Amino acid sequence: MDALRQIFFQECEEQLAELETGLLEIQSGGSDPEIVNAVFRAVHSIKGGAGAFALEDLVRFAHVFETVLDEVRKGKLAASEHVLAIMLRAADVLADLVRVARDGGSVDDARIGTATDELASLSGAPAAAHGGASETEAEEEDFAFTPVAVAFPAFDEVATEPEPAVNEFTITFKPHASLYSSANEPVVLLRELERLGEMSVACDVTEVPLLTDLDAEGSYLAWTITLKTTHCEDDVRGIFEFVDGDCDLTIEGTAGVSAAGEDEIEALLRRIREEAEAPVEDAASETIAVETAVIEAAADEFSSTDEAVAAPAPVHDAKLAIVPAEPLPAAQKAEAPKADKAASGEAAQQTIRVDLDRVDRLMNLVGELVINQAMLSQRLAEAGLSRSSDFATGLDEFEQLTRDIQEGVMAIRAQPVKSVFQRMPRLVREVAAATGKKVRLVTEGEGTEVDKTVIERLADPLTHMIRNAIDHGLEKPEVRAANGKREEGLVRLSATHRSGRIVIDIADDGAGINRPRVRAIAEDKGLIPANAQLTDEEIDNLIFLPGFSTASTISDISGRGVGMDVVKRSIQALGGRVSISSRPGEGSTFTLSLPLTLAVLYGMVVTVGDQTLVVPLTSIIETLKPKPGDVHGFGGDSRVIALRNNFVPLIDVGRELGYRTQIVDPGAGVALLVESDGGAQSALLVDAIQGQRQVVIKSLEENYGRVPGIAAATILGDGRVALILDVDAVVAGARNGGLASDNLLALAG
Amino acid sequence: MYELSAAAIKEPRGGAARELIAFAVGNQEFCIDVMSVREIRGWTPATVLPHSQPFVRGVINLRGAVLPIMDLAVRLGFPPTEPKGRHVIIVAQVGSQVVGLLVDAVSDILTVTDAEILPPPDVASEMAKRFVSGLLAQDGRMVSLLSVDQVLPERERSEVQ
Repeated sequence: MDALRQIFFQECEEQLAELETGLLEIQSGGSDPEIVNAVFRAVHSIKGGAGAFALEDLVRFAHVFETVLDEVRKGKLAASEHVLAIMLRAADVLADLVRVARDGGSVDDARIGTATDELASLSGAPAAAHGGASETEAEEEDFAFTPVAVAFPAFDEVATEPEPAVNEFTITFKPHASLYSSANEPVVLLRELERLGEMSVACDVTEVPLLTDLDAEGSYLAWTITLKTTHCEDDVRGIFEFVDGDCDLTIEGTAGVSAAGEDEIEALLRRIREEAEAPVEDAASETIAVETAVIEAAADEFSSTDEAVAAPAPVHDAKLAIVPAEPLPAAQKAEAPKADKAASGEAAQQTIRVDLDRVDRLMNLVGELVINQAMLSQRLAEAGLSRSSDFATGLDEFEQLTRDIQEGVMAIRAQPVKSVFQRMPRLVREVAAATGKKVRLVTEGEGTEVDKTVIERLADPLTHMIRNAIDHGLEKPEVRAANGKREEGLVRLSATHRSGRIVIDIADDGAGINRPRVRAIAEDKGLIPANAQLTDEEIDNLIFLPGFSTASTISDISGRGVGMDVVKRSIQALGGRVSISSRPGEGSTFTLSLPLTLAVLYGMVVTVGDQTLVVPLTSIIETLKPKPGDVHGFGGDSRVIALRNNFVPLIDVGRELGYRTQIVDPGAGVALLVESDGGAQSALLVDAIQGQRQVVIKSLEENYGRVPGIAAATILGDGRVALILDVDAVVAGARNGGLASDNLLALAG
Repeated sequence: MYELSAAAIKEPRGGAARELIAFAVGNQEFCIDVMSVREIRGWTPATVLPHSQPFVRGVINLRGAVLPIMDLAVRLGFPPTEPKGRHVIIVAQVGSQVVGLLVDAVSDILTVTDAEILPPPDVASEMAKRFVSGLLAQDGRMVSLLSVDQVLPERERSEVQ
């Protein structure tokens, strides 16, 4: 049951997302009736599932919500701005109720009450908290599958009914030989059945061959059992639990009390369930074919018996309630692809849910494979085999395959940023309401894919930045109006792929960064000296300093002083960068640039002193061999290198990392021209370049901690650990007088 | 080099008996609880970490994981170890971290009860106060019980820059 609950909540998440997406689409002018249908279906599915799990609060609220949506669907209620605002709020409440049902806790009753009243006022009818007739009314031909779900709210009521109805089941039971070979005995099962109620048994002996043809260990007998019992089908089925898969079993309710139409539905529902539950061993292709046929038949059948179902009859409820909770996910599964197809108009895609642990394990194994393959090619090179030998060609193919596998696994982990982006509309609504500002959120590039771990760790920084954009960036409506802007502020959230990284922009059309004020605050707080000469860019970047907060009143939205420095650090921890561009009066844009994956990296393997280091290829612009005449001393220990009419700082990586203390001759090494934070260029001096390689990123923090100037570690072909250089930190360290001083600070702290 | 399998580690009887693994560092004997030891392996050269504290030898590859190596000699105030083949690394689990402790040699496995562990005497030595949580008398030898979590470098708390 836990597993089913889990599936239910996973599906709820999807339905909630669908719901919100749909509502926002309608809000932005989408008039396709399919959208309304999709929204309705989402709420409806949640209600159905919630009923099966006896989540009454959820069912009650979803029902009220659904009623309003139904009115919209039927064209009785126009989807005005007002209506949509209420429905978006209701969607938030619904999401909260789902969360509470999953994690415990409680939702503010007043909030539910308000939302319920608002919804009820729209539909103009008192909110019906009960299932039954009113719910079935909501059924329409195009929601052929909902009957399975909608029956469930009745489940609770029936469960508490004092006198359970007598059901009659017809059971056909044909054991396979395997049933006997696993020491099961039909007689025992039949005796068990008898204990449930009045039973008559007929044995089918037609398959018994002549004695000469008889296989002593074969199975030839089948039984047809008629059982009158007060127990439900689950109990009956439970008896056969241990022989599941070792026999052909059908259980059909044949209660004479229900109308013929309902009977058919019953049978069909049960068949859907059986087919869905059918063991995989039974020729899989056949099962699928049957399933589809059954489902389609059910669709037709149901629409024709719609009227019959709508007639409320206690017995009918009881009958439907017998269909236990299990078929719900199965039936919904079958329904889901259709629903999606209908909703989005896209071709239905088959998906599976896989435990993330399994993908991670696979990812790790592929990582090992990459290392192993690197070791192998190194051995081969050491053995002095020529590049054209069979071994070398074989190894090349192996390398290609390894890369393909790796890309395949990465593709499994890649997810569209949509899952994070779609949390933002709600946030925007809440922050806008709390700050009294009018905000419109526009998202672009939701389909941009990036590794799941990156996505997960993106949610918090993005939340912070959007809060900031609304709280600090956008002006109050009256101020905006006075400045000749639209009252409604615009926040644009967009994602794109750019040169092997994902770039996310958070742009607002607010007032821009108030540079004099930022500067004054930074001076006030002692973050910069009073007379510091700062460029606009440097002033903008002050907001990333720890302890900087511009909100003059501390609101609960932002301004807790943990804002942008936390954002910057969490983005850096992902191997990403944050930059700002801001124009006074026109708004600010925050740009996040992140690696697509945290698992592998293309790097240049270099030698520094007696150490091997990896420099991420994405930060290297070019490599050059410094000529003695190009390198100039520049005060104290610093040196610069002349580069096409420009001087860039030359940073000795070996000294920066403390591998050596003496100044080396630049002519003996190689310089890597790199671009760091904010686009500034520097040249990193290393001793030699070994080559370019894809490396698997290994965490240093897991067992040790952060190392200044080092982003992570990797394992090279010789099995030794090599460190991956954090280019930005090295450049920044060199600018601020060395990484070592940072380290001392860190130790002192 | 040998691995300690789970089966080899006996459950302490009645909760009172503990098994400790004893090893030599400098010219003294120390021990840690055998339950925190994952494996014992020979010395392999480590990759130096920049700007690390002197007792951090660097990191090695432990079947695909990056394992930091602490030179216990330096940490406990002895001259640095000059690692050769005979030195061993005790791979220990400390909280959520796995670390390697470089020691001269593993000498013994001791089974003791808590009653046999004496409180450390009040001496001026920083090492004794910080790293030793108890003393054991074994056949005339003295073995110090190390608190492994104290041996690790402090996790960086404040941010770099």
